Amino acid sequence: MMDRLLFGDNQFFGVNHMSEEKARAQALRFQEIEAVIDVLDAAYDEGIRTFMCTTHERISLVCDHVRAHPDRYPDYTFYPGMPYAHKYANAVTESGMLGAVKRFLPDEGLMDAAIRGTTSVAKKDIEGITTLLIDAEMKMFQGLSTPVIFLQNVVVDLLLGLGFKEAFRIFADHVKSRYDAEPGFITMNMPALLDVLEELQIDNPIICSNINKIGFRMCGGSAAYEAALRERQFRAVAMSVFASGAIPAREAIEWVCAQPNIASIVFGASSKANIRGTRELVSEFWQD
Amino acid sequence: MIKVAVVGLGKMGLSHHAMINAHPEVEMVGICDSSSYVLGVLKKYTGVATYNDFDAMLEKVDLDAVVIATPSSSHARMVRAALDRGLHVFCEKPFTLSAQDAEELAALSREKDLVTQVGYHNRFVGAFCEVKRLLDAGAIGTVTHVLGEAYGPVVLKPKGGTWRSQRTEGGGCLYDYAAHAIDLVNWYLGEPLGVGGTVLGRVFSGETDDEVFSTLYFPEGKTAQISVNWSDESYRKMTTRITLWGTAGRIYADRQECQVYLRDTAQRPEGYGEGWNVRYTTDLTEPVWFYLRGEEYSAQIDSFVQRVKERRTDGVNSFQSAALTDKVISMIVTDAEKGASTLAEGVTAESTRATRPKRRRFWRR
Repeated sequence: MMDRLLFGDNQFFGVNHMSEEKARAQALRFQEIEAVIDVLDAAYDEGIRTFMCTTHERISLVCDHVRAHPDRYPDYTFYPGMPYAHKYANAVTESGMLGAVKRFLPDEGLMDAAIRGTTSVAKKDIEGITTLLIDAEMKMFQGLSTPVIFLQNVVVDLLLGLGFKEAFRIFADHVKSRYDAEPGFITMNMPALLDVLEELQIDNPIICSNINKIGFRMCGGSAAYEAALRERQFRAVAMSVFASGAIPAREAIEWVCAQPNIASIVFGASSKANIRGTRELVSEFWQD
Repeated sequence: MIKVAVVGLGKMGLSHHAMINAHPEVEMVGICDSSSYVLGVLKKYTGVATYNDFDAMLEKVDLDAVVIATPSSSHARMVRAALDRGLHVFCEKPFTLSAQDAEELAALSREKDLVTQVGYHNRFVGAFCEVKRLLDAGAIGTVTHVLGEAYGPVVLKPKGGTWRSQRTEGGGCLYDYAAHAIDLVNWYLGEPLGVGGTVLGRVFSGETDDEVFSTLYFPEGKTAQISVNWSDESYRKMTTRITLWGTAGRIYADRQECQVYLRDTAQRPEGYGEGWNVRYTTDLTEPVWFYLRGEEYSAQIDSFVQRVKERRTDGVNSFQSAALTDKVISMIVTDAEKGASTLAEGVTAESTRATRPKRRRFWRR
């Protein structure tokens, strides 16, 4: 069972879809990991115990902190979202496609990884390469609770566009068997992805997509999103509910809480006051 | 349904392939790449028809249009071959590596009445389109100066083994990053009369540029400066921005927002007031049928598809407009060779040229 409110991490890494100035101010503010942990603590103290995060290398510092303080965070949960795409995109520009894949494969350690790696690359066996890349990204979460593991939207939507459906199945199977976790999919094209996941018989999938009152980055259109929420079997995680600040908080939460079948809302905030404000709005509008 | 093939399956080609494949009005009839690896994977897992040889593919496959996303040095040859067969062409930027090739191909496409487009996706970014709209409306009066910038973290250490590290192949910061800033400046100010004060600097690369600084001179005393650096780790990803000064105000825009300061003398467009105005991407962006990495990438593909359907040869980013950008790039390359134009006593122009000693061998592990 997923929590209703999940805490996101865009604000920590200078990601702001509205303004580069704001993004830089946030990057400055969260330069030291202590500042990130202070905000996560504020969220935790408001009862928000799930951190839906990228696999940015700095997240490993958060992982170390949580591992080191089990008494402070007895029920802390991570929902990792992989991969941190810019790392790969910049590597592709520099080293080419295959070079980039090779660079991120584990280069030492387990014999298993080495064998899976070399033969997979040679045989174009995507299953082997994919599972290795997943394992590399999951390393930082060792010993922590990761009941849901997400595939990031750039990858999901690339695979969706290419018609590379098998990769979703590979991801789902590996996440289940190796991490005893549920697969989650982040997308900007929710109705189209839902069709493919249904076709693959990935039942009741967890799909995280923009769901906001103004239809911002809801590809396929608001009507298709609303129909999917009403009529189809999946667990929707709503992100970008404020549309990067374009919708006032109260109006945004009131609208999203009125949509049927939303399992969770993921939101980011940098201050205790904003975290509390969002939590209170959700309690007000989202009653069982 | 229009029938399209994609050539070159690097980062851009793969993303074009995904967006085109998802387009309801396009049939993806083939992909082509010289490396069999990515091709083999896609064939195995998606069933798409694959080709190793561009000319053989043109020979075999019934096509309406082709998307060319190969390394830049091959653009001219492939574009010519496609036009010769009467195909509409979308080509990645930079269009070609020679102003002459670009002119000839633009002329050939006009002669054959074919739809052409080059992938300067910034012209499909809502905020940059808003700048164009404001300029056309005369919002900031007479423009006097434009600053076109692009920064990002591509080359952060002295190595690099792909075509992008060779200027002769169309690699380097000038062709990769600066082309975008130059293309936007051309969109806003038209064709420059000349170029001066160019620096094509090296930060880490041995065989190409990592920094581009240049001054562009336009009619009526207007000028633009280009300031570009792809070895800047302080940016999370490529950031392109434009600032324009006019007699009645100033505009700043990047992918996310358009900030406009209007003086009381400005002819204010509807919805704009005196002083500061801000429009965000959430207001300025039109929905797209499929989102992969920014609405602008989807929008430019859709624009091409619609133009091909309607056989509309005029439109945003035609070969004609990209040829102008190629021309400015080639002026910048020529200008950079000259070094400083006004010298301190006893100094030669040669010694001011921004070529750092090659350190590749020293650094190589």
